[in-house]
Amino acid sequence: MSIFSPRSLPEALEIANNHPTARLLAGGTDTMVEINFRHYEPTDIISLRHVRELQTFEQTGEVYRVGSAIPYREFENGSYAHISQALSEAARTVGSPQIRAAGTIGGNLGTCSPAGDTLPVLSALDAQIELASVNGTRVLSIHDFMLGVKRNARASNEIITAINFSKIDGYQGYAKVGVRNAMVISIASACLVHDPKNQRVAIALGAVGPTIIRCRESEAWLSDNTDLSTNSPISADITNEFARRVSAEARPITDHRSTAEYRKHAVGVLAQRLLKRAMQ
Amino acid sequence: MTTRTTNKQRDVLGVSALRPDGIAKTQGTFSFSSDYTADNMLWGATLRSPHPYARIISIDISAAIKIDGVETILVSGDVPGKLTYGLIASDQPVFASDYVRYMGEPIAAVAADHPETCRRALDAIVVHYEVMAPLTSIEDALNPNTPSIHPDGNVFRHQRILHGDANATGDIIVEGEYEIGMQDQAFLGLEAALAYPDSDGAGVELVVATQWLHEDQNQIADCLAMPKEKVRLQLGGVGGAFGAREDISLQVHTCLLALRTGRPVKMQYTREESFFGHVHRHPGVIALKHHVTNEGRIVKIEGTMKLDGGAYASTSSAVLINGVTHIQGPYKCANAVFDGYAVRTNNPPCGAMRGFGVVQACFAHEGQMDKIAKAVGKSPVEVRLLNAMEKGDTLITGQAVESVAPVARCIRETDALPMPEPLSHGSEIMEFPGGSGRTSELHNIKRGIGWGVSIKNLMYSEGFDDSAEARCTLADGVATIKFATAEVGQGFVVLAQQIARTVLGVDVVVLDRIDTEIGSAGSTSASRQTWMSGGAVDGACRLVRERLFEHVAHTHGLDPLQLVIEDTDIVDTMGPLRVSVSEASKGVKIVQTFLHQHRKTEELDENGQGNCHVAFAFVAHRAVVDVDVELGLVKVVQIATAQDVGRSLNPLALLGQIEGGIAQGLGLAVMEEIIVQNGIVKNPSFTDYLLPTALDAPDVLFIPIEEPDPQAPLGAKGVGEPPCISVTPAIVAAIRDATGVDLKRTPVRPQDICL
Ligand SMILES: Cc1cc2nc3c(=O)[nH]c(=O)nc-3n(C[C@H](O)[C@H](O)[C@H](O)COP(=O)(O)OP(=O)(O)OC[C@H]3O[C@@H](n4cnc5c(N)ncnc54)[C@H](O)[C@@H]3O)c2cc1C
Repeated sequence: MSIFSPRSLPEALEIANNHPTARLLAGGTDTMVEINFRHYEPTDIISLRHVRELQTFEQTGEVYRVGSAIPYREFENGSYAHISQALSEAARTVGSPQIRAAGTIGGNLGTCSPAGDTLPVLSALDAQIELASVNGTRVLSIHDFMLGVKRNARASNEIITAINFSKIDGYQGYAKVGVRNAMVISIASACLVHDPKNQRVAIALGAVGPTIIRCRESEAWLSDNTDLSTNSPISADITNEFARRVSAEARPITDHRSTAEYRKHAVGVLAQRLLKRAMQ
Repeated sequence: MTTRTTNKQRDVLGVSALRPDGIAKTQGTFSFSSDYTADNMLWGATLRSPHPYARIISIDISAAIKIDGVETILVSGDVPGKLTYGLIASDQPVFASDYVRYMGEPIAAVAADHPETCRRALDAIVVHYEVMAPLTSIEDALNPNTPSIHPDGNVFRHQRILHGDANATGDIIVEGEYEIGMQDQAFLGLEAALAYPDSDGAGVELVVATQWLHEDQNQIADCLAMPKEKVRLQLGGVGGAFGAREDISLQVHTCLLALRTGRPVKMQYTREESFFGHVHRHPGVIALKHHVTNEGRIVKIEGTMKLDGGAYASTSSAVLINGVTHIQGPYKCANAVFDGYAVRTNNPPCGAMRGFGVVQACFAHEGQMDKIAKAVGKSPVEVRLLNAMEKGDTLITGQAVESVAPVARCIRETDALPMPEPLSHGSEIMEFPGGSGRTSELHNIKRGIGWGVSIKNLMYSEGFDDSAEARCTLADGVATIKFATAEVGQGFVVLAQQIARTVLGVDVVVLDRIDTEIGSAGSTSASRQTWMSGGAVDGACRLVRERLFEHVAHTHGLDPLQLVIEDTDIVDTMGPLRVSVSEASKGVKIVQTFLHQHRKTEELDENGQGNCHVAFAFVAHRAVVDVDVELGLVKVVQIATAQDVGRSLNPLALLGQIEGGIAQGLGLAVMEEIIVQNGIVKNPSFTDYLLPTALDAPDVLFIPIEEPDPQAPLGAKGVGEPPCISVTPAIVAAIRDATGVDLKRTPVRPQDICL
């Protein structure tokens, strides 16, 4: 087993290309747990800590480009807390302060768990995922990146370098149901983004399907039935129906954390509450 | 008589003295049992069954033993002595050989040069099983047609209580059914031990985190076929216990590996393994029927309690007795017909956990009290005060409550504590149900208030010959105290020092090593060590003081009975003599040993009658919760509590027990549960076994009720268990109050509230 500690992105890409079975290590908050539980036997490790390119942040016009290895802490209440309220709220819900100091969005994407807390936000924001390899860089929509339970479109020689998404003028928020007040894996979660300029609402659900669920039908129904160009309050009939429709789009399972029935119910409640928060 | 002012408050009884291990523990320099190493040490590890029930066809270690670095692998056939162990019935195999009866049951142990080598060796052991359908329900276990899963049968114990007039009736009948989930003690310091074999192989020394050195010693010696004195135990640093260290876990395995290899062997469980390596709190179902008068007075209770003891006996039979004998709660009740059953299944073994059977009983009787209140149109407080037990009352076992029983006072003083501010728009997000998940807004939230009151026996029951020994040595102004009392975090170490300072007037109190070189202190459980080992240390110190007075009296030609200790001086009450204890004890060495025993108890007869308990403590809890009714999320806002403590010997340590117990009871109310499906444990990790964190801990308002118990050596009752008993039903009652939902089960899950 070798441990590589590249100092630049090109160096990292070179190593990744030569060691296709190597594991990329960012904050290690998923990987170390996997190793301890013997769900993964480490072969080669490529540490991303010293790859400065992955820590960068840029804003070009209305578009943010966020380095994949920036820890949650920076989005929660640090340098980048202002770029997305929903991302900031989602970051706050991740684990404990120690986890938020180490864990990264790149790692959340890499693991691609349906309960990953930043993933509904990236989905609702229609984020673009940048993947680099020795052959160049490609950009994938988050919707094409996430494939299933802990499965994504990254090729073995690729590194997730950055996440791109646009600034939104309207409300955006994240809500997560867990049995404990903090430091808990999501039972059900939702991110809602209101884009008044484009007259639409996007809603994405976590932990209620094999991967994040974007509720396209509910969104379409809402824009057909509501004026989304402003944030003026909407009727209870509309929010109730929206909740019902979102709930119907969820495809949860029953496991030791919760029941499918409760999860379905909970995402409906969250959808309704987030929509009310947006429209007031 | 001259008066003297001391410039410094001395750390005597009644003062919030700081514990001697406190700074090391907070700074992370304290050595817990898992921190020890030895030269030339090997690591041990355990092979465990993946099945809840299976017949072992063969165990093949041939590939594993060949792995480089593996020193030995032991199976049942390698156990030189008794093949089983157990606290009450010796029914649990050291290693399973014919059947495995629960998921995680040990089958073999390996010693190797590195934990990773151990893991590889475990992987390489091939066990062939004939997997069988597990027995997992209490009802099936009670069904006489179900085949026995153990030669001792599927019922650990049935106990009936028949008291007063079985045909008595009230004006109103109030019925309820209650269910309790399986809670884990979840101590943070994982099981760990280090065994050193004697060079001649005829004995072994074990450093281990345990609750009861001498009981471990007995059971280990039997399994090793060694005389007891050849098995010497020393207490390793213990990171919490809560009952989970009463049973044998890795003790025998570690000693066996060390003796076989002739080298020191260390074993240490992982968190996941720990969930399989110790017993849990019994899950169970309780059906209760109260006959009450129109006014709400209890006339008779009827019902059944059924506890799932899992695969092996552990302390199931004693837990059951605690459950059935406390089913009336801290209330007067003249008539009872009640049956309790503890059964064997292929679920994880259950045994001791803080509250020991009374937690289950209390969840049921407190649910009933609220139903009675509703039925007769009284408040929860009124109906509890109406029925509150008093000194002199008779329990449903026929035993009289002879000592202090301030039940009504606990309720009244709790009731008088201030209520928390209502939640408002300005409240922090962490104050809301759902916390950092930002699920809830003010208008989604309902507040509820609930009550729980409990009675808990202190010390061991049913005729158990219970004692604690301690030795005090005084020389040159320094007292040295020796005891075998397991310090598991409760703070006996500071209490022992406070006692010695108070009795002897010394300031320097050295604590000797905690080991089996002195007689047993009994278990650190059953809220008993302040009373038992406290009584022993107090007794030993008093004997030393007598000798010291004799010595001083002799030197000065006085009557020793004239002498008293004042601060750090010996003072003649009839004359001018004042001499400091350190001066008086210069050049002398006084050694005294004292054995403390509580009064004898009796076994229960077939109708559950008998003076089976030593003493009782009482407590009241009032819970305030905020509930997001639509999502079923709960925030416990405040717990107010007044507890019958006898006497507060160390207010800070006392508050620690209160707050910690409340957090543990909160866990059982709203989040902590080992989920077992068809004998398979689904959540053996802290990812999914949710413990309350600091962010879930409520505000605690606490009033100690100090009515010294004349039976207790220091006037102090045990305080460890009561805080976690009635807080659970209080919280669940508060959730019922907020939501109007008739919750029968704890822990309460979101779907229980909103679906
Ligand atoms: C106590 C605890 C609590 C937790 N709580 C939460 C929670 O509340 N919500 C939540 O969503 N998660 C939680 N997690 C999981 C974890 O913290 C997150 O998934 C985190 O985002 C992982 O990031 P990381 O940088 O630590 O990933 P790592 O462990 O370093 O990597 C995870 C995976 O992603 C891959 N990877 C990492 N970076 C890249 C990259 N740049 N390009 C390509 N692949 C990459 C790795 O190869 C690996 O497969 C918790 C974990 C722990 C231990």
